[in-house]
Amino acid sequence: MTDKLKVEALSAWFGNNPALYDINIAMPEKSVTAIIGPSGCGKSTFVRCLNRLHEEVPGASSRGIVLLDGEDVYSPGVDPVLLRRRMGMIFQKPNPFPTMSIAQNVVAGILLERRMSKSEVEESAEKYLKLAALWDEVKDKLHKPGMSLSGGQQQRLCIARALAVEPEVLLADEPASALDPISTAKVEELFMDLKERYTIIVVTHNMQQAARISDKTAFFLTGKLVEYDATAKIFTNPSRKETEDYVTGRFG
Amino acid sequence: MAGSIKRSGKFDIERAFRGGTAALALSVLVLGAIIVYELFSSSGPAFDRFGFGFITSRDWDPVSELYGALPFIWGTFYTSILALVIALPLSLGIAVFLTELAPVWLRGPIGFMVELLAAIPSLVYGLWGLFVLAPIMQEHIQPFLAQYDYLPFFKGYPLGLGIMTASVIVAIMILPTISSISREVMYTVPETQREGGLALGMTRWEVVSKVVIPYSRSGILGGVILGFGRALGETMAVTMVIGNTPQITMSLFDPGYTIASVLANEFAEATEKVHLSVLVELGLILFVISILMNSAAKLLLWRMNRYGSGSGS
Repeated sequence: MTDKLKVEALSAWFGNNPALYDINIAMPEKSVTAIIGPSGCGKSTFVRCLNRLHEEVPGASSRGIVLLDGEDVYSPGVDPVLLRRRMGMIFQKPNPFPTMSIAQNVVAGILLERRMSKSEVEESAEKYLKLAALWDEVKDKLHKPGMSLSGGQQQRLCIARALAVEPEVLLADEPASALDPISTAKVEELFMDLKERYTIIVVTHNMQQAARISDKTAFFLTGKLVEYDATAKIFTNPSRKETEDYVTGRFG
Repeated sequence: MAGSIKRSGKFDIERAFRGGTAALALSVLVLGAIIVYELFSSSGPAFDRFGFGFITSRDWDPVSELYGALPFIWGTFYTSILALVIALPLSLGIAVFLTELAPVWLRGPIGFMVELLAAIPSLVYGLWGLFVLAPIMQEHIQPFLAQYDYLPFFKGYPLGLGIMTASVIVAIMILPTISSISREVMYTVPETQREGGLALGMTRWEVVSKVVIPYSRSGILGGVILGFGRALGETMAVTMVIGNTPQITMSLFDPGYTIASVLANEFAEATEKVHLSVLVELGLILFVISILMNSAAKLLLWRMNRYGSGSGS
């Protein structure tokens, strides 16, 4: 399998405080990679470096190479806006745009590129809401505000919104940590389906979740990548003591 | 040993506290009611004499007891709306720059400077308008605009003192109100909203126009209402630069008159009972206009919020 993303010697800082040290990792195409580790270990910073969202934080900086299909996203000619259209992102807290309807939320990203007729909006909304497994729950209220949905539905709406831009990579920063178990199960199931089409990177606190949905797992600790291997190996027979302590719950 | 849980029967500080604060809150209502009553009763003689024709009449000649409110209502609205048209884009630009684009170290100083504008006394604005802005208007800006005299706004002779100068002064005066309120509500837009937009591939401009401003629109509208209210009632600075001529004109070069400035100019010399009563009725009209504007804005907010908005202010 080819590597969709390849990260070489990536370090990141908030002001003068280092957040990531010299990360080297590669994610294969059309797979789910889980990033695990205790709070503050740099997991979120890591994924935010991939779509260059990290640099939008005042004072934040990074150094290193992130290759997307072999092209460095940090090379001078790269427009982060165009990069982010190829890498969708889902956040910890669902963040639908409150002044937009459900349908408008879904197509918000498409509308940045071209105009759409009313029927096109409805068509796209249906397509991506189905992909995000939300269609059946909202098909009768497409023009209601996105905020009127439950937390789990809002998160799937945000997934539909991210998918509508037709990205190749999906970054998810603890996408289920604010959701109840039923919604979490739905989101997890969704990721399993989506991996047929997308390269998915999921940051999670929940180790069962990582074990259930991912092909490979990376364990981060205090800004360093401790171990990266097939998920089954990480959870049954890790080669590093720190990893074992963490996945067995003997650590933080 | 357990203490008694019964009331000690002494002076109940809780009830006294509740009663005291309730009385203070009620006093505002009472005060408002007294003002309204006073406005109505004192404008009674004028209303008996002129009826609703007062609002539509254009004549103003206290010597021959001709009173019409229309030029003043026109002047008040015209200058206030112009001021708003000038101040709103400037204020939004300042607020967007301060919350979205400015480096952190620059935010404090610029924000402070803008708010300082609100601390300058109205009279000082008036003097500045009279001695600095009006000559600039007369010698440079208005002759330039006079080239476009096919538009109704730029007809007539550039006098300097008039509706244009008054509107610009009022715009500067309401700018801190609108920009600081807009800035405050834009600060409350959660970072997750901006990042949601950025992650979707929005540029900074698109994040501002499609995420931040829609999210804070009801708060911005609140600031606009407050600013407009201030523009409607602004007295001293306007009186000094508007030219004080009761006429209805589209041209920004012409002098005009507002309700607030005619009250300021004529109250002291209004010895006739009818004259005084007419002035109070003008005050009542200003009061009603303000209330109508506020109610319209509330209605607009309510309609907007039915469709979901970030900030509820």
